[in-house]
Amino acid sequence: MLHASARAEPGDLDAAVDVPAGTCLAVAGPSGAGKTTLVRVIAGLHRPLTGRVEVGGTTWLDSASKTDLPPERRRCGVVFQDHALFGHMSALDNVAYGSHDRRGAHDLLERFGLAAREHAKPRELSGGERQRVALARALARAPQVLLLDEPLSALDATTRASATRELQAVLADLAVPSLLVTHDFAEAALIGDRVAVLDGGRIVQEGMAAELAARPASAFIADFTGAVVLYGSARSVADGLTEIALDGGGTLVSVHPGAGRVAVTLYPWEISLEPADTALHATSARNRLAARVTSVTEVGGRVRVGLDAGQPLAAEVTAPAARELGLAPGVLVAATFKAAATRVVPG
Amino acid sequence: MSAVSPFRVVAAGALALLVAFLALPVVAIFVEQSPGELIGALDDPGALDALWLSLQTSLAAVVILVVVGTPAAWLLATRRFRGHALLVTVLELPLVLPPAVAGIALLACFSADGLLPTGNLLVLQTAGVIVALTFVAAPFYLRAAQAAFESVDRSWLDASRTLGAGEARTFARIAIPAALPGLIAGVALGWGRALGEFGATLMFAGSFRGITQTAPLAIYERFGTDFTGALALSAVLIVLSAALLLTVKSGVARLGTR
Repeated sequence: MLHASARAEPGDLDAAVDVPAGTCLAVAGPSGAGKTTLVRVIAGLHRPLTGRVEVGGTTWLDSASKTDLPPERRRCGVVFQDHALFGHMSALDNVAYGSHDRRGAHDLLERFGLAAREHAKPRELSGGERQRVALARALARAPQVLLLDEPLSALDATTRASATRELQAVLADLAVPSLLVTHDFAEAALIGDRVAVLDGGRIVQEGMAAELAARPASAFIADFTGAVVLYGSARSVADGLTEIALDGGGTLVSVHPGAGRVAVTLYPWEISLEPADTALHATSARNRLAARVTSVTEVGGRVRVGLDAGQPLAAEVTAPAARELGLAPGVLVAATFKAAATRVVPG
Repeated sequence: MSAVSPFRVVAAGALALLVAFLALPVVAIFVEQSPGELIGALDDPGALDALWLSLQTSLAAVVILVVVGTPAAWLLATRRFRGHALLVTVLELPLVLPPAVAGIALLACFSADGLLPTGNLLVLQTAGVIVALTFVAAPFYLRAAQAAFESVDRSWLDASRTLGAGEARTFARIAIPAALPGLIAGVALGWGRALGEFGATLMFAGSFRGITQTAPLAIYERFGTDFTGALALSAVLIVLSAALLLTVKSGVARLGTR
């Protein structure tokens, strides 16, 4: 269990987070929201005006009792934004730096498929390899909490997909709490068990990613949550399209290639809603999912409609459209969208 | 084919002029006398004593600078406190002091009736030479070392701390290796300055053969009576300094490709 609360320079950070052991909280927000400050406070690299950090019953920081452990005495694994690998050391030396255990470091690198690259210097490694070394280094000292500061942002789009999958696997095995900060809501939704949206130093909403997308508490969150995510299994079909059998029923097609377990992302404003009993008509929208309305939330002239289509989904429509369709919780609708509106990433 | 611009011609001319101006006097030392005469003139115990003393005292000054100056430069590079800029200026002062003023200042401080009397320990002693060399060479090393530490990636230092290393281990294992090329360049600058030091040494330690007469002082002593001997010593100093510069440059280049 990680508890952290901190108030730093006015406007920079005034937030509290709780992360149960074995889960990952993704803190998402635009740049300047205070995400990195939160990570630095927990790691002991930044002293807030007031604050408290507790990990597994141990107090790392308590401004009330003047407790403030230096970073080296907090068992805290950090993956930094640019990975911060020591350039004058090999991958193996980087990983063994904190643990003083070269055998264990070698085993960790082997687990990440980097045993053959362990004597390479960071600048000889690819972006994806550097990210894995940084992760191995953070895990080598058996941390009580794992902090990830934009770990994927330094990677190109192709590498990011596989790195996301690896990170998910690592976090699934991890028994300690972890906290990931990112400016990308889709990334937060893919990796975090829960998502907290940070804006102007404050957590403006926290919950499951689908919950946030369906019921944004403000127009800012509605904009920020952007993409919604659906999971399923993909296979290639004719005409260069990909067919995805969704978990919980239904299929959809995408113009993007994909195979095996995938996550499909699309934006709520790309989804059209029509009454469930509308006769099938000629349309260019290739995808039609039956869904039940779970929530209707008006945000600044727009209406975010939470849907249950076997998986949580959110659509965004105008207020007049919502009135005309009589949208209310429990109403059955059909959600339609074009194959080109979807993006497929490895799930 | 593009025409060579007039500016390019002017710049090339300026470069040629500069190379001739800086290199010719150095070349002159070697061509003024035959190599045989130069080597023969070195067969003078006084000259060899002076060279040996120069090497010993400048090396001692550099060792003192590295041992004391490196952690000091680290502090200046990584901490911002009140009076930081003033402190840096004070440490840079010897850089702009005329050497004669530096010598007077050292006398005013360490002579028998000075601010910090040291008796016969320093004045007119070999130890005094080391003090004078350290005084004038310190800013060269400190500036280079501070700049080298300032350019070390802060996230490396943060990462080291979160990996369980305290400040001392972070300094030794991360900051020094990362700053090494800059530190070595600082050693070369400081050493070069110490090898050539003349005025402060003369005023503070005097010019006693075998005790305080370094190579530059010996050159000055021969200047009036034995011009060939002065040339020979100068030639040796040039070779020493050039070797120092080349060694450091190739060493830094090797570090860069590590």
